[in-house]
Amino acid sequence: MATMTSTETDKPQRARSEGFRFPPTFAAYLQALPLFLILGAFLLLPLLLIAVVSFWDYDFAAMYPDFVTFNYTETLGSWVTWQTYLNTLKFAVIVWLITLFVGFWVAYFLAFHVRTSSMQMVLFLICTVPFLTSNIIRMISWIPVLGRNGLVNSALVEAGLVSAPVEWLLYSDFAVVLAMVHLYTLFMVTPIFNTLMRIDRALVEAARDAGASSFQVLINVILPLAKPGMAIGTIFVVTLVMADFSTVQVMSGGQSASVALMMKNQMSLLQYPAAAANAVVLLVLVLMMVAGILRIVDIRKEL
Amino acid sequence: MTKAAEIDIASVSKIYGQATAVHAISLKIPAGTYCCLLGPSGCGKTSTLRMIAGHETVSDGDIRLGNTVITNLPAARRGTAMMFQSYALFPHLDLIDNVAFSLKMKGVDKDERRRKALDMLRLMQLEAYATRRPAQLSGGQQQRVALARALITDPEALLLDEPLSALDPFLKIRMRAELKRLQTSLGITFVHVTHSQEEAMALADLIVVMNDGRIEQAAAPRVVFERPATAFVARFMGDHNVISGRAATAANGIVTLDVVNGGQFTAQGAPVAAGQPVDIAVRTDRVRIAPTDVPGLGFTGIVSNIEYRGSTVKLSIDGAGVEDFTVILDDTAFFERTTKVGDAVPLSWGAADATVLGRIPK
Repeated sequence: MATMTSTETDKPQRARSEGFRFPPTFAAYLQALPLFLILGAFLLLPLLLIAVVSFWDYDFAAMYPDFVTFNYTETLGSWVTWQTYLNTLKFAVIVWLITLFVGFWVAYFLAFHVRTSSMQMVLFLICTVPFLTSNIIRMISWIPVLGRNGLVNSALVEAGLVSAPVEWLLYSDFAVVLAMVHLYTLFMVTPIFNTLMRIDRALVEAARDAGASSFQVLINVILPLAKPGMAIGTIFVVTLVMADFSTVQVMSGGQSASVALMMKNQMSLLQYPAAAANAVVLLVLVLMMVAGILRIVDIRKEL
Repeated sequence: MTKAAEIDIASVSKIYGQATAVHAISLKIPAGTYCCLLGPSGCGKTSTLRMIAGHETVSDGDIRLGNTVITNLPAARRGTAMMFQSYALFPHLDLIDNVAFSLKMKGVDKDERRRKALDMLRLMQLEAYATRRPAQLSGGQQQRVALARALITDPEALLLDEPLSALDPFLKIRMRAELKRLQTSLGITFVHVTHSQEEAMALADLIVVMNDGRIEQAAAPRVVFERPATAFVARFMGDHNVISGRAATAANGIVTLDVVNGGQFTAQGAPVAAGQPVDIAVRTDRVRIAPTDVPGLGFTGIVSNIEYRGSTVKLSIDGAGVEDFTVILDDTAFFERTTKVGDAVPLSWGAADATVLGRIPK
């Protein structure tokens, strides 16, 4: 009887409170709203504007709202654009290969060879120390090292290894790649380190128990399980390199071009619609590359 | 497949920096035995297993498998296979590739190794799941995959590190029976690490009770249960009361001991010099509620707690300098009388139910 009465008194109360209640999905939308507003205002809206402007007409002084496609036909029809894209892709591939190699081994060392977790943390923080200064300063600091009378060249000359300073150290593709590797390797180390730390050490022992050599453990167990981290690092590095203009400009001394540099030049000539069209093409290309990476590697378990 | 090998551990120690995990233990595990290393966590049982497997270096001493000294051989060349506590299945490989892993490492070609792995999966009744990943299986199925992967190397001894600890109680009992059946049919030596005395009793031909890096007792389950060698074994196996005191007299295989500020008890066992500390064990299920005829085989105490367990009733009794003395009574014997918490009850037991426990030198 006691339960009977209590359910009866509950009913009207519940009915009353239902009157004030929002539908359950409302709370979920409300929770997602702040992020949507931020992404909408600072990502979607600007992208939309760029896409709109890329169809506008322009002359040396102003832009005219219009719907013309010659920004695209000029961009895609020009041999210079293709060369610039190829050059940027070349940098992306070379930097990706080097950062992947270096990043994997740094992460591997941190995850498997450093015994104590406090030492792991210390070494990992040391890796991030360069990030206490800006990109530009880290890049420019290469100039006194690589220049004609820089550290490397004077050391080589004084050691008698070369008679004249090596010219290709600075203001060359070599310098661009070197600086990019320096700037972006940590973006590869961090996600790979993260995945390697999640590998159950018992798996390595189980592989050894099954007769695997160190190399076989690496190939059959560690590399496949590190793939999601490698994919995330690859996305970071590829998008950063594809969008880079300062490194290319400073380290190549203006002798090499990248897509972003081309856009910057167009903007300094007030050719905003042309730069916008270029940006849309670059965006589509990078999105296709990211989609390709995501098709090959399932990174969902990492996120 | 029946090529079981004897495992001979000769004064093996394991030292981690300053701490000694295993103190010069010696143990012979006869070929084809189901051996359980039993003990609380941190007792050195897992270190011992890992030393046999080759995943831990031996600090001192030697391990022999059959006629080979395996102390310094790599894990894969020892003729042992290990099943890990968390099963350590490769999450990126399907069941066939998991089971065929060791064959792949040996360079067996793809068709051959897939065929063998499938045979092994069939033996474990898992062929229907051959192309699934480990994460898509239940705990019991994962355990069978781990077994299949260990057995495909055709080992002389299978080493199991707490194989049942990740399973729910119901599955635990089923997999326990399956392990025993598998060991009987394969005939190879199994070394199984566990902290559950129930599991060890159910499975083992040989129980090795370890504590603090030492072997307290290595014997058949019945011997370990009926004649625990030390106070630790008696307590760990349960169903025994341990009474500690100092020896008064010893004659004709009967030791008399005095409990500090308490009663005097007698027990069967090897003589102990007067004045030495001594422990005796009394089987909880052999104690009756009745006054004793023989002095030293019973006492009167106050009931401090009563637990009803269905077929039996557990009484906790304090008295004669003994605290928390456990009595397991048959339910009919208990309900013949009315006993309440706070009652004084006379307890007695037979001469054969109290035995003197040894002490191992430390």
